[in-house]
Amino acid sequence: MSYSKPKFKEKYGNFINGKFVAPVDGEYFDNTSPVDNSLIAKYPRSKQADVENAVAAANAAKEAWGNTSAATRAALLNKVADIIEANLEEFALVETCDNGKPIRETLNADVPLSVDHWRYFAAVIRAEEGSATELDENTLSMNIKEPLGVVAQIIPWNFPLLMLSWKLPPALAAGNCVVLKPAEQTPSSATLLMEKIAEVFPPGVVNVIHGFGPEAGKPLASSSEVDKVAFTGETTTGQLIMQYASKNLNPVTMELGGKSPNIFFNSVMDEDDAFLDKAIEGAVLFAFNQGEVCTCPSRLLVQEDIYDKFMERVIARTKAIVQSSPYDTACMVGAQASNDQFEKILSYIKIGKEEGAKVLTGGEACKLDGEFANGFYVQPTILEGHNKMRVFQEEIFGPVVCVTKFKDEAEALEIANDTLYGLGAGVWTRDAHQLYQIPRAIKAGRVWVNCYHAYPAHAPFGGYKKSGFGRENHLMMMNYYRQTKNMLISYDKNKLGFF
Amino acid sequence: MKPERVAITEKAAALVKQLQEKHGELIFHQSGGCCDGSAPMIFEKGDMYLDDSDVFLGQIAGVDYYMNKDQFEYWKHTHLTVDITEGRGSSFSLEIPLGFRFIIQSRLLSDEENAVLNNSSADE
Repeated sequence: MSYSKPKFKEKYGNFINGKFVAPVDGEYFDNTSPVDNSLIAKYPRSKQADVENAVAAANAAKEAWGNTSAATRAALLNKVADIIEANLEEFALVETCDNGKPIRETLNADVPLSVDHWRYFAAVIRAEEGSATELDENTLSMNIKEPLGVVAQIIPWNFPLLMLSWKLPPALAAGNCVVLKPAEQTPSSATLLMEKIAEVFPPGVVNVIHGFGPEAGKPLASSSEVDKVAFTGETTTGQLIMQYASKNLNPVTMELGGKSPNIFFNSVMDEDDAFLDKAIEGAVLFAFNQGEVCTCPSRLLVQEDIYDKFMERVIARTKAIVQSSPYDTACMVGAQASNDQFEKILSYIKIGKEEGAKVLTGGEACKLDGEFANGFYVQPTILEGHNKMRVFQEEIFGPVVCVTKFKDEAEALEIANDTLYGLGAGVWTRDAHQLYQIPRAIKAGRVWVNCYHAYPAHAPFGGYKKSGFGRENHLMMMNYYRQTKNMLISYDKNKLGFF
Repeated sequence: MKPERVAITEKAAALVKQLQEKHGELIFHQSGGCCDGSAPMIFEKGDMYLDDSDVFLGQIAGVDYYMNKDQFEYWKHTHLTVDITEGRGSSFSLEIPLGFRFIIQSRLLSDEENAVLNNSSADE
């Protein structure tokens, strides 16, 4: 089944204080589709003044919103989930057009998962409680969770609606008002969502501003009128945002890069069964979302005694990937999100070849016909080499996996942990001991065991090492968006006796 | 002539000049991983806190070029040429509003370059 490019207006506004408004200085930028490099629409090129308006609206709304009941907040979050679900196909099409990912993924992953994240946090705040402890017979310690106030959120372009749905629901559920800045490559689904939910929240509770990092992102991250900054993106920007936040003594959450190992022990080939089939797919998941995932399993580690036979099947499965119009449900790997991303990936493949890596499959741009000839497509690529190569150490953020072999558990762990990052990892084995011991020894925040690329709302996600800190998803995320108010109550009628 | 670690194309140098006129003194910092990572980012001098965890690679178009020390360990055998391409990142790099993006073209250092650059004490 094939869809076609969705319709857009000529231009869109920022969503501030419950209304769409034009940027203060009237400047817009052109947003294009990586599918065919065609114009989508104009979006506001916001500056400091727009950021200040959005932050002011959020501050004006925070007291009332922070005092709404959990039941009310949950009902509104559920309403958003229902609205996204009722318009699933429209959201999926807009996302595919703006980001380049296949419609198959947006229909079945990005949009349904987004719906679930809203519902999850709606449920969480109905079930959780504060705590109270009787410290002694006359003293009660009560812990009340209070919202921080106004949260700034800066999200990336690889899962525009899903990253929004990771960030907004917990912040809102905790009683905060939010100013969110989507990446300028992918402003469309956030805008569509604001159109659909414009009436759901009181004005000022959710604000979305568009624009460029240095002009809009920086004033937002450095604003002294926000109480927290949450960022998903790359390390240098993360470091800058932490610096800005440190001036305001603001807490930050950082979800940064990765170079995740995906480790296959020899027992996966003990049988030629459904599990082996799943494992082969697990190795090919490097191409999921065009490799534009922070947790892309971009380092493939295969035990040497199964290496040849295993790789033969991985290569065959990779070659069977269909690249076509991302609007076609048969398409498995779509367009890279932008031209500069496309160029960067090809430059890395070139570096890999120069360093002596062997191209097992792919290795080139992918040329599509007709209108898609202008889009940014790269062939799923497998490079064989060793872990000291740059392509094994740097995040390529494309459909490129680097494969190497290991002798035993010790060597697998040595290679797996020899990286600056620690976001994700995969472990595949039929050995019950390895199932537990290997994941425990890997320095990463999420280890998938006999699976990969699952992101349920109910499981915490975040990085070790240079992949950041703080966690997303799961109810523990609520505490990244709240203060603890401790009330220490004395029921003793007698004085201390000091004065 | 002493070999260098980093160079810049004429097109990229012209863009740097344009940014210098607007923002004053600048620095380049080579970013690490994720969405907009592995790219040279240009900031106003003083905007980013630099210390001995950053390695100075050289100066191009009047702008000092730095990289994090951990990352340099993997990059030290590579020669970098800063170039531009059309496109947009979502980082805080100053060229982004202009519709261009700095990118890196790299090649491995030759044996002679390696001998000079990676055996001398100057780069430590």
